[in-house]
Amino acid sequence: MLQTVFPPLNNSDPFSNMRRAQGAMNRLFDDPRTSGQPTAYPLVNFQAGQDSIVMTTELPGLTEEDIDLTVKDTMLSIRGTYPEPRSGDDVVWHRRERPRGTFLRSVELPFRVSPDHIDARFRNGVLTVEMQRPEDDKPRRIQIKAS
Amino acid sequence: MAQDLSTQNTRDVAAPDGEPNRRAISFTPVVDIFEEDNLTVIMADIPGVEPDDIDVTLERQALTLRGRVKPGAPEGYRQLSSEYRIGDYIRVFTLSDEIDQANINADFSNGVLRLELPRSPETQPRKISVKAS
Repeated sequence: MLQTVFPPLNNSDPFSNMRRAQGAMNRLFDDPRTSGQPTAYPLVNFQAGQDSIVMTTELPGLTEEDIDLTVKDTMLSIRGTYPEPRSGDDVVWHRRERPRGTFLRSVELPFRVSPDHIDARFRNGVLTVEMQRPEDDKPRRIQIKAS
Repeated sequence: MAQDLSTQNTRDVAAPDGEPNRRAISFTPVVDIFEEDNLTVIMADIPGVEPDDIDVTLERQALTLRGRVKPGAPEGYRQLSSEYRIGDYIRVFTLSDEIDQANINADFSNGVLRLELPRSPETQPRKISVKAS
């Protein structure tokens, strides 16, 4: 269960305690990092650069080889399988919160990317994929002539 | 073996000695905890943390994991959409006396911190031979 650490108490608001308790209840049922909507896995963030977009996603516990990244036209797919957790008669489990199993997520990109213009890196459990906008897709400046 | 402290306690740990509250949000990392042979293993997901920014402290029986995440997007990039949030990680465990606290092993790879807590020799089960009289 993911839980945020509560902010410090604000004594001027008599209802802050109640709201905090309510928030804690809501968090029991929601992942706070997803703002509550049921979502696909893994979650992705997008950033825009000059002529590129960057997608990041957190996949801790995987290695580069476990992640399969494919692109077709404007569709980017991330596929992977988490390594099997320890099992056996002599293993006693206390907590199993980390993700497991296989996932597939496809994300629609704002423009068509060619696989030659993708730079994907995996570092400290974070996958970063930078995709260059193709030349013919870039906005072009149009000269306006005085007549 | 390794018990989670309740959320109330975590809040105090997050701001020790009235340290001014950092603007950054903190998350409780998800963990796997299992026991095997004489080891208790804690695996915590802390993606995005550099190895140097991990802080594992043991004070009496409180084992605190902390991971600091360097803020946001690189120079010249702006956030387009964000499904997940980024913040520091903190989680506190209470260790039992049975842990050999001097020999805790920590290892970090691919965003996962793995702590190996060996059971202290005195508490390892010992076979007692029964002599027939």
